[in-house]
Parts: sequence; structure tokens; C-alpha cells
Amino acid sequence: MEVRVQNIRKAFGRFPALDDVSLDIRSGELIALLGPSGSGKTTLLRLIAGLESPTEGTIFFGDEDASKKSVQQRNIGFVFQHYALFRHMTVLDNISFGLKVRPARRRPPVAEIRRRALDLIDLVQLSGLEKRYPAQLSGGQRQRVALARAMAVEPNVLLLDEPFGALDAQVRKELRKWLREIHDRTGHTTVFVTHDQEEALELADRVVVMSKGAIEQVGTPDEIYDHPVSPFVYRFIGQSSGLNVTLASGEIRFEDRPIGLRDANEADGPATLYFRPHDVELVDGCGGCLAGLVTGSRRVAGTRHLELNLGSAHPSVEIELPPERASSVDQSRIAFRPTKWKLYRRKEDLTAPPLQAQTSAIELAPTGT
Amino acid sequence: MASRSHTRWRFRQPSVIPGFGLALGVTLTWLVLIVLIPISGLFWRSSGLGWSNFIALAFDERTLNALAISFGTATIAAIVNLVFGVVLAWVLVRYRFPGKRVIDAMVDLPFALPTAVAGIALTTLYAPNGWIGSLLDPLGIKIAFTPAGIVVALVFVGLPFVVRTVQPVMEEIDREVEEAAATLGANRFQTITRVLLPGLLPAGLTGFALAFARGVGEYGSVIFIAGNLPYVSEIAPLLIVIRLEEFNYPAATAIAAVMLILSFTMLLVINMIQAWSRRRYGYGS
Repeated sequence: MEVRVQNIRKAFGRFPALDDVSLDIRSGELIALLGPSGSGKTTLLRLIAGLESPTEGTIFFGDEDASKKSVQQRNIGFVFQHYALFRHMTVLDNISFGLKVRPARRRPPVAEIRRRALDLIDLVQLSGLEKRYPAQLSGGQRQRVALARAMAVEPNVLLLDEPFGALDAQVRKELRKWLREIHDRTGHTTVFVTHDQEEALELADRVVVMSKGAIEQVGTPDEIYDHPVSPFVYRFIGQSSGLNVTLASGEIRFEDRPIGLRDANEADGPATLYFRPHDVELVDGCGGCLAGLVTGSRRVAGTRHLELNLGSAHPSVEIELPPERASSVDQSRIAFRPTKWKLYRRKEDLTAPPLQAQTSAIELAPTGT
Repeated sequence: MASRSHTRWRFRQPSVIPGFGLALGVTLTWLVLIVLIPISGLFWRSSGLGWSNFIALAFDERTLNALAISFGTATIAAIVNLVFGVVLAWVLVRYRFPGKRVIDAMVDLPFALPTAVAGIALTTLYAPNGWIGSLLDPLGIKIAFTPAGIVVALVFVGLPFVVRTVQPVMEEIDREVEEAAATLGANRFQTITRVLLPGLLPAGLTGFALAFARGVGEYGSVIFIAGNLPYVSEIAPLLIVIRLEEFNYPAATAIAAVMLILSFTMLLVINMIQAWSRRRYGYGS
């Protein structure tokens, strides 16, 4: 079922958690809400679920106004980060709970409930464990029970709040793949919250990047990664470096020297140049380049990461090279040029003096929300 | 299995936490001094009676009646306390209201108040000419000087046990579990009866056991309100005191031994139920 969020505002006391957020979720889509702690992603998810009520705005399930309905009436499936399983019930009872609590006229017969629960246990690959209690299961197994329990009610929309956040890296990877498979097989409209960009990009059809209670960008993983619309998205998704540059008649200058890049459509003045570590080329003989001293070098899987010092007034910049190209460059000067890059300007940039150096390659690893 | 025969049986598993010997030594000495010696003295005295004598004293009709009243009223009082104690704990944990701290402190009053004072106060209230008793009297309900009065006194002394054992467990209930139930379509009543209360069962049982044990042994508050009519409202602890005052020590020890065996059996059973539920559901682990 398609879900439309319209002009939602949510404040906790005087603290605004979401400010005028609108989002269309297509039927059958797997969509990720991605953002750092406090960006409002979990609040948005809980609003869709009905676990919170919006201060302003409406939420539609199909053509129905769901904001007037209680959680119970919305018929959603919700998966919590810490599973929230019922400890005194077996796996089978946990999964059939949602069907058992239905009013008698909508409740399927006992045998039917059991059959459906067993089918779901099959789907989440827990066959044979139906008589176990949650305490007797591993974290990954518990989360699969939680998912099966949420799917048992045949929800309009499946909502997952950092579903893999409490699991270790290996299990997380496995479950990620498995969730994608389940989604492809069942076709539930699914929204999940994560602060792990890798998870969002790998798993989702579309990613919603959020920051400070607002949506920064909505797009496919490709769009988000290749065409970030704001510096925030550029920094938050993947690795990136940002340099303070100036524009002079279309030419981009770093420390008053041209670096061989042009943007004819931009007006003169300060700007920030963003590029990703792997979108660079080395140049021989610097007739317009960025040049820096190699201060660190790390081998990460198939590439070598070099840390460059471009001058004391600037943060160090990271670039990635094939290991064979970078083997003999330690402690030497390197000249390079971004092959893909983007300029961002703030309104103040056009009038104010250059900003302080922006931090590069920000690592955001927030926990919880 | 084969490797097992090679490892020597150990009294205790190696552990990094020091002081096992000392701690266990103190524990055992203490238990022996405070609990075991007095109790074994009791059994030693009653074993001197000889089997047939013991049976005759223990199964005397007045004794049997007193035991039935003691255990019956203690059970009813513990059940009442279980229900209202859980409600009280719920209110204290879940809601914020003015005077909450005062109510929280009041729960402990039965611990602190001398039981005789409680007994006299309750008797004054529930006697046919008392505040509450005078309201119930026209309806033909008599509380004071009947077994019902005993239950009232035992409810009073047993209340804190249930509240104080259930309260911390209730505080730890994860809000998400309730939210999960709501998203699955469960209404409030279903959430409470199917999700929350089963989770409180082990703690509730502990509180029940404590309140019950206290009720069986209670003396001070009961003797004032019970009326102490033999065969009707005479509790076993009182009968023991009566036998002592008659210098009938064998009868007193026989009653005490029977009480002890019954109490111990019931507590053991309750403990086993708790251990079972803990193993099964992983509560408290």
C-alpha cells in the first residue's frame, strides 16, 4: 500500500523533532530512512506507525487518512531494534499473537492461525525452532522471529526501526541480504530506519537522507551517491573531502593557484569543493593541480588510501589509488586532480570572507537516534 | 563423555571472584546459628515424643482446626495481596501524580508498625461499633472476631511484600514490548492480560510466597482481631502459645513441627515454580 506523508511537524515539548516533512512512499517499495542521531528518522517511522501522533500534518495509507486511526487500527508491522519479543511465549505463539488477538469475527480458525505461523517460520528459516522461547535464540534468530511476527498480520506497511542495529557485523550482512530476498518475495511496502549508509545503499530501492528534522534528499542509491544535492549529503554518504576554494572568472582556485578545474556557470567568490577519494587522477608535472605531502598510507582491501597534507591551513585530504600506483610514494609530494567533483556555495559565501577549513572525510557513526 | 572421567570432580568451579571460601563459611555459620540450630532443636524435642504421641498431638481436632485457619487465612490474604499489590505497584510505577512519594512510603508502614498496634487499630475499626464495622454490621457482615478479621490483619502485614517484589520488575518492563503488542492489534486489555501480567508472574509468585509465609507466622496483629474462639478463629501460633502457657511443651513442639513442614513444603513448591519459569523464559537472567 502506498503511504503519503504530508507536511508533518512533530515537536516534543518545545523541541522540534520534525519540521514540515513530506514523503511519498510507493506501493511495494523498500525505502530507507537514513540519517545521523537526532535527525528525526525514528520519529518519522513511529509517526507512520501511529506510535506517536503528529503535531501537524497528515499521513495517508492509500487514500485513507491514517492519522485519525490508532496504532491498532492501522494494521502495520513494526520491528524494533531490540526485538521486543514476548519472552513468555514460544516462537510459534509470538508469531501467531497478532492473529490471536483479533476480534472473533476477523480471527482465522485455530488451525489456520497455526498453519500461517508455521509458513512464516519457514519463510524466515527457523523451521524446527517453533517451540523455543526467545531466551533460547541468538540475536539474529530473534530478529527473524520479530519480522515474522510483524508479517503475520499481513500489514499495510512494514516498518523496521534499526532492525540490524543490535547485531554483529557478520549476522547483519547476512540478514540484510535475506531481508532483501524476503521483500522481493512478499512485496510488502517496507520502510526501515538506519544510520548505516552502507546498509541503506545496499538494501533500499530509494533512500531518504534526513538531517535535523528535515529531509535532505530522496533518491535511488545511485542518485544519492553520485548526485548529492547538499554538502550534508555529500559528507554523510560515503567518503569525501571538502576544500575551501575561490572562483575567479569560472576558474577554480585553491590558495590562489588554479587547480585545472573550471565551472563557467558559477559567479566569482568563495565556495567549497567536494570530491570523493576514489574520483581522482594523478598528474605529472603540476600545471594546475592539487598537490600535497603524503603523511599517511593505509592498505584497505583492494586499494591504498593516502592521506595528504595540502597546507597547514587545510584539513588533510584522503585519496584512494590502486596499490601498485601508490607503492612508491611514501613521504613524497603528490599532484592530483579530482575527476568528479561538486561545488557548493552558501549565500554568505558570496559576500563573507572565506570560511574556516571544513573537516574532510567526516566519519559519522552515531548510535541509536 | 570419555574426557569427563579424567577431570576430577570439583566442589567449585574456578572463578576470578575471590573470597568464595570466606563468604560461604560466614553464610553457613550464620545459617546454622540463626536458623538451623533452633529448628533442629524443635525437631529434636518433638522426636522425643515418639511417633504415636506425635500423631495424636498433631492431629488433635483443635490443632487441625487451628492449622486450617492459619494456612487458609494466610492463603486468602496472600491472594488478595497479590491482586491489590500488583495494582498498587502499577500505579506507583506507571503514573506520576502529586503525593506519589508519600504513598510509596506508606506502603512500607506495615513493616515498621508494631503488629500489636496494627491489630488493635484494625480491631477498633472493624469491631461492630467501629467506623467500618458499624457500616457493615447492618448488612450482616461481621469482620472483627471472625476468620474474616484474620484475613484483614494478614492483608495489612503482607501488602509490602508483594508491592516491593513486583515494583522493580515492573519498572524494567520494556515499553517496546507494549508497543509491539499494540502494533500487532492487541487492545489495552489484551496487552495487560496476555503480555504484561505473564511477565510479572515470577515476581508476583515471590511476593505471594513472602506474604503467605509472613501470614502463616503472624501473631501480634491477629490475636486482637481474631476473637480467638477455638475451632473457629484460633490460629496455630496462638495455640502454640496457649500450650506453652499450660506447660504442655510436647503439644507446642508438635504443632510447631507440623507448621514448619507445611510451610517449608509450600515455599519449596513455589520456589520450584519460579526456577522453572526463570529457566524457561529467561527472566532475571
